[in-house]
Amino acid sequence: MMRALLAGLAVAVATGPLGCFVVWRRMAYFGDATAHAAILGVALALAFQMSIFVGTMLIALVMAMIVSTLAGRGWAMDTTLGVLAHSALALGLVAVSFLPTVRVDLSAYLFGDILAVSRADLAVIVAGSGLVAGLMVWRWSALLTATLNEDLAHAAGIDPARERMVLTVALAVVVAVALKVIGALLIAAMLIIPAAAARTLARSPEAMAISAITIGGVAVWGGLQMSLRLDTPSGPSIVAVAAGIFATLVAGASLRALVQNRAGE
Amino acid sequence: MSAGPALIAARKLSVAYRGNTVLREVDLNIAAREIVTIVGPNGSGKSTLLRALLGVLPATRGQVTRTAGLRIGYVPQRLHIDAALPLPVRRFLSLPRRKTEVQIVRALAQVGVPDVIAQDMATLSGGQFQRVLLARALLSDPDLLMLDEPTQGLDQPGVAAFYRLIDQVRRTTGCAVLLVSHDLHVVMSASDRVICLNGHICCQGAPSVVSRAPEYRALFGLGTAGALALYQHDHDHTHDADCTHGPAGHTHDHAQEKVTAP
Repeated sequence: MMRALLAGLAVAVATGPLGCFVVWRRMAYFGDATAHAAILGVALALAFQMSIFVGTMLIALVMAMIVSTLAGRGWAMDTTLGVLAHSALALGLVAVSFLPTVRVDLSAYLFGDILAVSRADLAVIVAGSGLVAGLMVWRWSALLTATLNEDLAHAAGIDPARERMVLTVALAVVVAVALKVIGALLIAAMLIIPAAAARTLARSPEAMAISAITIGGVAVWGGLQMSLRLDTPSGPSIVAVAAGIFATLVAGASLRALVQNRAGE
Repeated sequence: MSAGPALIAARKLSVAYRGNTVLREVDLNIAAREIVTIVGPNGSGKSTLLRALLGVLPATRGQVTRTAGLRIGYVPQRLHIDAALPLPVRRFLSLPRRKTEVQIVRALAQVGVPDVIAQDMATLSGGQFQRVLLARALLSDPDLLMLDEPTQGLDQPGVAAFYRLIDQVRRTTGCAVLLVSHDLHVVMSASDRVICLNGHICCQGAPSVVSRAPEYRALFGLGTAGALALYQHDHDHTHDADCTHGPAGHTHDHAQEKVTAP
């Protein structure tokens, strides 16, 4: 139980700031495509008896690179990503069905199984999340400048292509570490929903990242309780709690705006 | 006015963008403290030239040379800030390098918007937004200020006020200014040189300052206080059929230039 909570909180620390960039740069589908490719990574890892973590990270990295290259060439992104995200998922599911000798609990990879996190899993999750969080802190200003305007970044001596690559690598690592906790289908939700909810509270980019981590952490705690008491899958439970927080905060913000408008009249 | 060593120079610079040659054999020098205005019709390669000088776009032929350690302050043509990104003016001015509160207050005062420091970028008016962009560029203590159509969307008094501000900035900080404008005829009067660009340099020269005569006032309105000037195009060359000026050729309207003839 303690292990599960720690694993979930570690994931929230990485998805919070990275999720903010996913939202600011409108990369939501990008996250989806990368996460869905993870199932293909699971199949390959099992087939070649690699570590699942390494397999998913490699495939996620390849997928993220493909998407980022196509984006750089000016492809229409919603169609391209729609094709890539669903093809990767379909291919992964087909590939997993070809593995007769191993009994694969596919639902654990699709929906997450936070209660089955082992001591070794926790070490990998904490190390991976720590790496991503560290990367975000280290590159924060450069990433933010490149997100705002690539020419502006260039004039300040920042290479926007390098910052894009930082985000690509961070995304692949997050997908690999979050697979066990959230599951491939909903990793993108864990990136987007806490960040979107944080927008209603934050008045600066840094405050938004910290709020996203906090909201993600609360969602992990709540989802874990739900999963324990109602025996629901962990990933969907965590995301459902995050969605509840989002709805509450957005409703609260609208209400506040309404009251202020009335007062202003 | 190309006296003194060039801060930045383009030599026979050609740039292709997505397979099309946009710039062809451009020679350009910008000296310290000089104000250069680049004018040209849409699609003439003005922004491409700026981006090639910044190093964003690679030269397909020729080269760009800068003096060592040249600091460039860049004001982009458009800056879209996503609604999902909360960005107070104070934080924006500290990108990418952290500035002190004193530096930020001084920069905002210098560009004439001292009161916006706590506002979100999304709440600024067009004129305030441009001034904040300029403040950010000035905070890097630039040797060269590059502005890409900074007066887009401003009315005539707004344009004149902005040009006066640029001139004042040049005088106080001593930086050179390279300014791009889509207005072919009305330019900043403080420009030392105006360059007319249309894929290549068509002509260049000094602008003629708008006088105080009533007919100019009738044309440009009151209160521009000499910030605007006219540029008389003098294309000293003709083109072969294979030179690409687009279907219209050199047909931008020269009628307005008549006002410069007494």
